[in-house]
Amino acid sequence: MANLNDHMGRPIVAVTGIGVVTSLGVGKADNWAALTSGKSGIHPITRFPVDHLNTRISGMVDFLPSSSKGASPLTYELAETAAQEAVAEAGLDSGDFAGPLFLASPPVELDWADRFSLYNSDKQDAGAERLLRVARALKELDIFETTQFGSIADRLADRFGTRGLPITLSTACASGATAIQLGVEAIRRGECDKALSIGADGSATAEALIRFSLLSALSTHNDIPEKASKPFSKDRDGFVLAEGSGALVLESLEAALARGAPILGIMRGCGEKADDFHRTRSKPDGSPAIAAVRAALADAGLSEDEIDYVNAHGTSTPENDKMEHLSLSTVFGERIGSMPISSNKSMIGHTLSAAGAVEAAFSLMTMRESVIPPTINYDNPDPAIVLDVVPNKQRNAEVGTVLSNSFGFGGQNTCLVMAREPV
Amino acid sequence: MSSPHDVVITGIGLVSSLGEGPDAHWQKLAQPGLEPVLDAGRFAPYTIHPLPEIDWNLQIAKRGDQRQMETWQRLGTYAAGLALDDAGIKGNDELCATMDMVVAAGGGERDEAVDAAILAASESRNDRDVLLNEKLTTELRPTLFLAQLSNLLAGNISIVHKVTGSSRTFMGEEGAGVAAVETAAARIRSGQSTHVLVGGAFQTEHSDMLLGYELAGYLHRGAWKPVWQRQGGEGGGVVTGSGGAFLVLEQREHATSRGRKIYAELGPIVSGRAKRRNGGLDAEIATLLDQTALPNGELLAISGASGAHTATAAERAAFAAHPAIAARAFSTLTGHMKEAQFPFAVALAALTVERKAAYPAFDAATEKPFAGIPTTVLATAIGYHQFEGMGLIKAA
Repeated sequence: MANLNDHMGRPIVAVTGIGVVTSLGVGKADNWAALTSGKSGIHPITRFPVDHLNTRISGMVDFLPSSSKGASPLTYELAETAAQEAVAEAGLDSGDFAGPLFLASPPVELDWADRFSLYNSDKQDAGAERLLRVARALKELDIFETTQFGSIADRLADRFGTRGLPITLSTACASGATAIQLGVEAIRRGECDKALSIGADGSATAEALIRFSLLSALSTHNDIPEKASKPFSKDRDGFVLAEGSGALVLESLEAALARGAPILGIMRGCGEKADDFHRTRSKPDGSPAIAAVRAALADAGLSEDEIDYVNAHGTSTPENDKMEHLSLSTVFGERIGSMPISSNKSMIGHTLSAAGAVEAAFSLMTMRESVIPPTINYDNPDPAIVLDVVPNKQRNAEVGTVLSNSFGFGGQNTCLVMAREPV
Repeated sequence: MSSPHDVVITGIGLVSSLGEGPDAHWQKLAQPGLEPVLDAGRFAPYTIHPLPEIDWNLQIAKRGDQRQMETWQRLGTYAAGLALDDAGIKGNDELCATMDMVVAAGGGERDEAVDAAILAASESRNDRDVLLNEKLTTELRPTLFLAQLSNLLAGNISIVHKVTGSSRTFMGEEGAGVAAVETAAARIRSGQSTHVLVGGAFQTEHSDMLLGYELAGYLHRGAWKPVWQRQGGEGGGVVTGSGGAFLVLEQREHATSRGRKIYAELGPIVSGRAKRRNGGLDAEIATLLDQTALPNGELLAISGASGAHTATAAERAAFAAHPAIAARAFSTLTGHMKEAQFPFAVALAALTVERKAAYPAFDAATEKPFAGIPTTVLATAIGYHQFEGMGLIKAA
């Protein structure tokens, strides 16, 4: 009989369902096959014209019915698709989930296509005045709902029958991990025995791309798209904007065992620490990221020696990869050179609000399948970053525990520790 | 019976058209027949409650930090600073570094001039996607993106005030404010946090912030009226206001051990998601009122009612079914502040409990008098479009 409570007396939280969508495909099977064979989902942008753009590649999800319908509809479809896979795997009623919903999703704005169509629907007055006048005559709520920050979660709550007020959150590029953390915490506090945590991001619009581009955050290696994301390489030059979703059904181990659910992994610990240094840059000594990793280990009740593999944030920006190396080598000491550390983003790009959830899904699969997905495009190692990045080819390995890192603009640092088996 | 793990309020930071800080708000709101501060001209046909004059330097010392933000983030960072000051936490490195934070946020301000120029050009261009690339790549200020990101209000609070225990941003209009307070309280009750900064801000003086309501026709037009008197008026009933509300929530033991003044105790906080299209709002509000375990006898309710016709009528009907409730809809005097609405309601409730005196009616024609000393006060936020929450605030 497994322990049902962790080292701090809290209910152990199991994962009983996993769902994922990335530019590599829909569902765990297709994603895992592509990811372990080192296939890239990065491709030229076709959703909108690329005239005047310095970056013309992305990891957009272009194969869903909502892919061309705007950020809100696509984010909803991504979330729903991943959640459906997770809830089905967990063997739960997909219309009556009966636990809370935590959704990490991008901030919403009125889409330019809607802005243009509202504006050009007549010719009286101009500017904001015209938009407001046209807006108040609308008979349908469709456009309105794309501008409400709570609407995607509201629709998901209807679709899956989750309980209570759904929480929509943003911690920038750490959002997906925060959604999982909130679910874990709700179960540990005894507020519920299961939770649905989703990270979804379908917001790769032209304006989003331009905004990141103006901050010099994106790779401009347009010529061979699949080679553009090269975490930990010397010639890395930015991340690749991408879309995707990850969903986990979290359940107290006790409830999961009681109903004979599949135990796909254990959420051992979560840690976070905010950085007060700069809006986009990390404190030079890496102390907040270091503190977040240590907080996650402490929460998990594990020592540094007990982590088998790190699923890196690994964005492929000069800044992140350097800082992540600094913080990991500070925490893990000399062992860092021989620990496998790989970046899924080398293949799927940076799925922003979804990244933490997508990468948690892949971390759990890494343990279950005993295969570590590679960091591809590792042809020109950065001599200042000495890591075993599982270069270019998957590796068979027994992995019992994973640390997954997520760092974001605004000083957000969130780390998750997962384990294959209950203690 | 008080317990060491009770959640108490030890700091309040408020900004609205009425002024800034708990004292200024108390002094204004305690005046019977107070007239609202309105601007009916700048965004006609909409009336708004504008920001008061603010000296940002008082809470955001570095000009460089001020320049990195637009008004919404400045406003939230400022209100957060007021709450930290009030709780005696500002400038205390150790308390700030261990303080958790949950911010309720929407998005920041877009560049209206750039947008207007793109829209104007779109009238004579069919290649609108190319137009967008052409204009946005050349005319957007690069760091404006950071002033728009929802989680960068929290990010700026970390940078300016050094609050770095943890940082989470909840999105979703009034519901985000409810969930932020509810989650912060749950963290303290379970021993996960000892002190949490929680709140939000809303800057309405920007056309996109009005558009966010008006795409569904929610804004009131024509002459201003109190919140409860807008049914049947022109438009949708909401009059917005700029403002912000932050609270320092603290474990009782933690607050008393550092000798802090306690405004009030936070009782149960409850939240819900009515299926409003099926007419579920009335029943949901009734359920939430039941779950809050209302005390016997006369009860003051600080209502976050927005004026939105359906939601406000439902809240009014629910109160009518509880004759002991005397409601005070503060948006009559401040305007609707979206994500900040529930934290603002909780702050005003804590203030009336601490002052041992009730607010006079904000709308004497509709709101009942309240004669007693408010020892337990209800705070509500029934979303103008979706999500509901309420809570009890008790004498410390």
